[in-house]
Amino acid sequence: MIEGARWRRWVFFYLPLTAFVVSLLFPFYWMIVTAVRPDNELYRPWNAPNYAPFWTLHPTLEHVRDLLNDTLFGTWMLNTMLISLAATAISLFCGLLAGYALARLKFPFAGSIGTGIFITYLVPQTLLFIPLSDIIRNFHLGDSPWALILTYPTFLIPFCTWLMMGYFKSIPKELEECARIDGAPRWKAMLYIIFPVAIPGILSAGIFAFTLSWNEFIYALVFLSSPEQKTVPVGVTSELVRGDVFYWGELMAGALLGSIPVAFVYSFFVEYYVSGITGSVKG
Amino acid sequence: MAQVVISSLNKKYDEVHAVKDVNLDIRNKEFVVLVGPSGCGKTTTLRMVAGLESITSGRIMIDDTVVNDLPPMDRDIAMVFQNYALYPHMSVYDNMAFGLKMRKFAKAEIDKRVREAGDVLGIQELLKRKPRQLSGGQRQRVALGRAIVRHPRVFLFDEPLSNLDAKLRVQMRVELKKLHERLGTTAIYVTHDQVEAMTLGDRVVVMRDGRVQQVGEPLELYNQPTNRFVAGFIGSPAMNFASVRIHQESSAVWATGEGIRVKLPPAQAARLTPYSGNEVALGVRPEDMRIAAEADSGEMTIDAEVEVVERLGSEILLDVKVGAATMVASVDPTVTAKMHDRLRLSLNPDRLHFFDNTSEAAI
Repeated sequence: MIEGARWRRWVFFYLPLTAFVVSLLFPFYWMIVTAVRPDNELYRPWNAPNYAPFWTLHPTLEHVRDLLNDTLFGTWMLNTMLISLAATAISLFCGLLAGYALARLKFPFAGSIGTGIFITYLVPQTLLFIPLSDIIRNFHLGDSPWALILTYPTFLIPFCTWLMMGYFKSIPKELEECARIDGAPRWKAMLYIIFPVAIPGILSAGIFAFTLSWNEFIYALVFLSSPEQKTVPVGVTSELVRGDVFYWGELMAGALLGSIPVAFVYSFFVEYYVSGITGSVKG
Repeated sequence: MAQVVISSLNKKYDEVHAVKDVNLDIRNKEFVVLVGPSGCGKTTTLRMVAGLESITSGRIMIDDTVVNDLPPMDRDIAMVFQNYALYPHMSVYDNMAFGLKMRKFAKAEIDKRVREAGDVLGIQELLKRKPRQLSGGQRQRVALGRAIVRHPRVFLFDEPLSNLDAKLRVQMRVELKKLHERLGTTAIYVTHDQVEAMTLGDRVVVMRDGRVQQVGEPLELYNQPTNRFVAGFIGSPAMNFASVRIHQESSAVWATGEGIRVKLPPAQAARLTPYSGNEVALGVRPEDMRIAAEADSGEMTIDAEVEVVERLGSEILLDVKVGAATMVASVDPTVTAKMHDRLRLSLNPDRLHFFDNTSEAAI
């Protein structure tokens, strides 16, 4: 907190905070307003006398209805859910084991392998999708969920590994040593002691991996082509923008519904999430 | 119940030779304390006994088994760590039961042993709590409980009291001693605190730079230190050292230095005669100095100037200047010395220590 006079608190704390909150939340507000605004208001020119872009007096669910009835939105949601969950599960499993190994086991080149994994995370997807699409074609995986379930881990595993490695390093080594003296072989010490203690870190990695796969755009755009295979981000933008016609109402309704699962996951685990990113274990 | 035999034990990290040729014979039911300044190799030695650190060369035997290559779980030992290392997600009960569960004990036996340990340590009411709901002292007890439920052959303690505040530390020290008395399990205890070492140990091992300096019963270390390091490390306040020259004068052997003039008693005179004409280090403990009375001869004295007077109630510590050196004398609480007083201190002739200046060994 800022100490001192009242005006100082306003100038250095409340005003910047308000500006920050408003600029962060405004796009969401815009999305909601657009989703419930009737078409005749949406396409009203800006110089019309009753032009009111920031609110609507006639909210409607017509766009949501259209989205659910006239598009494959439900299928897209299911696809996205399935792909995100599968990719997250694979990445979390690999990331946990790799992160543990890098943090705790002594083996040659452990340091450089860790750095190597991190560097692969830095290679941009816009560059990787070209060779990856070649691989997808060779394995005949194109236009199926497997194309994404198997390619998302290419960026999720490095991320999970790195995050888990950091978290494992913050857990006192003695916990594990004590378990091993107590009679647990290494894998049991890992399973019964280290993993339960690392739950905040595991949840953070899981939530983050889930969000990344849920929002992923470029691989989904390139590797999937038929409408019934698409994920929400790709489906919404490719099926609701026809030529130069933007179906703004449905687009925003799709974006709104599509962000609900992620928002739900975050709000549910937010405490774990924060302690996973910032915290360590106290003995 | 077991004996531990450590022979020619070495530990080398890439650059550092952390433990050098340690030989130690720990008898059944003995409480042995490894003590030394930080980085002296005491913890590394303990961790090698535990199996948490690989052995570069040498041999560790528990009873008749060489345990060099046994994993920690197969050595039948229990260890208490400095930070307690309680499993934060488990209740106190589960913390203590974990080792027994891993060893596939029957449920009833586990329950019996955990409750027994709870009784011994006075933590029966805490069994359902989580470690984070406990105070430092309670955590310490749980860590002890986790070690004793297993009835291991050897207890290993790695500075278990150093995270406690001073008062609690003294209390736990006493309880540890009682606990050892009661269980009679062989114990190896690592600490950097020489008071802990002296009070707890049946025998104390003083280490420095990876080497054992001296092994002995507490009073043996105090009365007959083998070298200057042990002499200075054991005892509080620490032993005073001064450089003195040995010379013969009218058929007696004298040690003299700035402000110091000591006529050596016959036994020491004989040992120091070969050093005649050379410098050696004189060591004298603060408690072996007193303010000289009128009647004292001038044959066993130090002339000093008082720099600081520390009144501790039961004694007074005088920080005095002797020549260029400073010394501490522990004197009777009735003494009325003030700062900058010049006074003459008398030494206890039977309790003088002399050390070779190059080898630092006791003479």
